[in-house]
Amino acid sequence: MAQTQAQIADNRRRYEELRAAGQELTPKGLPEPTALNGAPISPDAVIHREVVPSGWYTTLLLRRGEALRIIDETGNASVSLLAWREEDTSERINCADTIKVQWSAAISKGRVILSDMGHVAFSLIEDSSGAHDLLVGGSTPASVAASTGASGRNTQENFLAAASKIGLGVRDISPCITFFAPVALDDVGRFIWTEGRKRAGDFVDLRAEMNLIVVASNCTHPLNPVASTGGSATLVRHRAPPAGPEDLCRTASPEAMRAFAFTDRLYA
Amino acid sequence: MTDQAVVNPSYVFDIPSERPWSRVLKKGQTLRIIDSEGQQAVDALLYCADDLAERYSSQDTLRVQGSAYIELGTKLISNRGRVMARITADSCGRHDTSAGCCSCESNAVRFGEATKYQHACRENFMLELSKHGLTKRDIVSNLNFFMNVPIDANGNFTVVDGISAPGNYVDVTADIDVLFVISNCPQVNNPCNGFNPTPIRVEIRDAPV
Repeated sequence: MAQTQAQIADNRRRYEELRAAGQELTPKGLPEPTALNGAPISPDAVIHREVVPSGWYTTLLLRRGEALRIIDETGNASVSLLAWREEDTSERINCADTIKVQWSAAISKGRVILSDMGHVAFSLIEDSSGAHDLLVGGSTPASVAASTGASGRNTQENFLAAASKIGLGVRDISPCITFFAPVALDDVGRFIWTEGRKRAGDFVDLRAEMNLIVVASNCTHPLNPVASTGGSATLVRHRAPPAGPEDLCRTASPEAMRAFAFTDRLYA
Repeated sequence: MTDQAVVNPSYVFDIPSERPWSRVLKKGQTLRIIDSEGQQAVDALLYCADDLAERYSSQDTLRVQGSAYIELGTKLISNRGRVMARITADSCGRHDTSAGCCSCESNAVRFGEATKYQHACRENFMLELSKHGLTKRDIVSNLNFFMNVPIDANGNFTVVDGISAPGNYVDVTADIDVLFVISNCPQVNNPCNGFNPTPIRVEIRDAPV
């Protein structure tokens, strides 16, 4: 339907207001990264702890309100993540919506990871790193061969195996998020690996806002120039502190508030 | 080098504003997408015609290319690492593959709940894909031709005014037989279509003999 000049003007005005809020106001309200020794998990909140060796993957269930801590023990790990909604696995995390809704390809403490249905899958309630990749994705057989000259374990095959074990398949594998992967862009749009942004002990806490099936693949990121053997990653499933009315992620932006309102309806 | 423009198209179709389209592109054929009136985003997905589970992958494409935008020479890579097609001509200059498609659900989050009841690219994709036995599950991060989404060094990500002028085109030449699916984007809430969706034209040319 052709738009009138008045509609166009109104929609442009709203877009500019949202952009200013999303790129100027919201980032100012975001917190500093969590300290490396910050946000200890109470031992009685821990549900499960697992060390994933370099090159391997694991699958786990997170209930709404639980959180997953992912720890890069050595500073050499990168962990790629996919998640599906338990009750309907056609709903899954969506990198593109996560980026565009928050006006940023850089996620950090206070941000959310959205599903393709306008719901919040995860809240990033703690993050010591702030260096995560939503654009390039995980390693593949070809990327491993190119960087090491030999075949080796990789995220693409880990995701396929993980999906197969829960009755899913290649059709269910969408773009992934990789934590502890400092990918940036130079001024002509080339990807660069930011040296010095990886530290032993960096961690994130992902609070599940839906019941989720999560796959985490611990493989060296394809842009990591160090042909390292990676390092182990520790995953801790735990009961997150309850989200209060002033919860950072729930109130970070008008977009986040709407996404949470829609998500809460699923479980009302 | 053969100029594709001198080969007469074997197929021409005007996709009305806000509508979907799909067709199998045979190996060697070139699809020309023409932004007839300018500033019109064209969302696109590709599937291997012989095995629809093999499909375009934005992340594989960007990783192989090493840079963030689709432009002349970009190879479109599948989720199995194969080259499906490549950009063989481009009079516009830059296209996106990280912003995904608009949906009723993401519009409601971005622009308010009233926009949930506006037509969206994902609705187009689901209807068009249903002709080929595919569903929402098969929708991955798509290509956005003529859509200008600069990403700055801080990660800021902005859909800005389309840079394509009336008649600008992009050519996609198939390396294998591909099902090419388009949504002529209905979005009116951001500048990707100049806030006013318009028709586009597609032309298919056979490989030069």
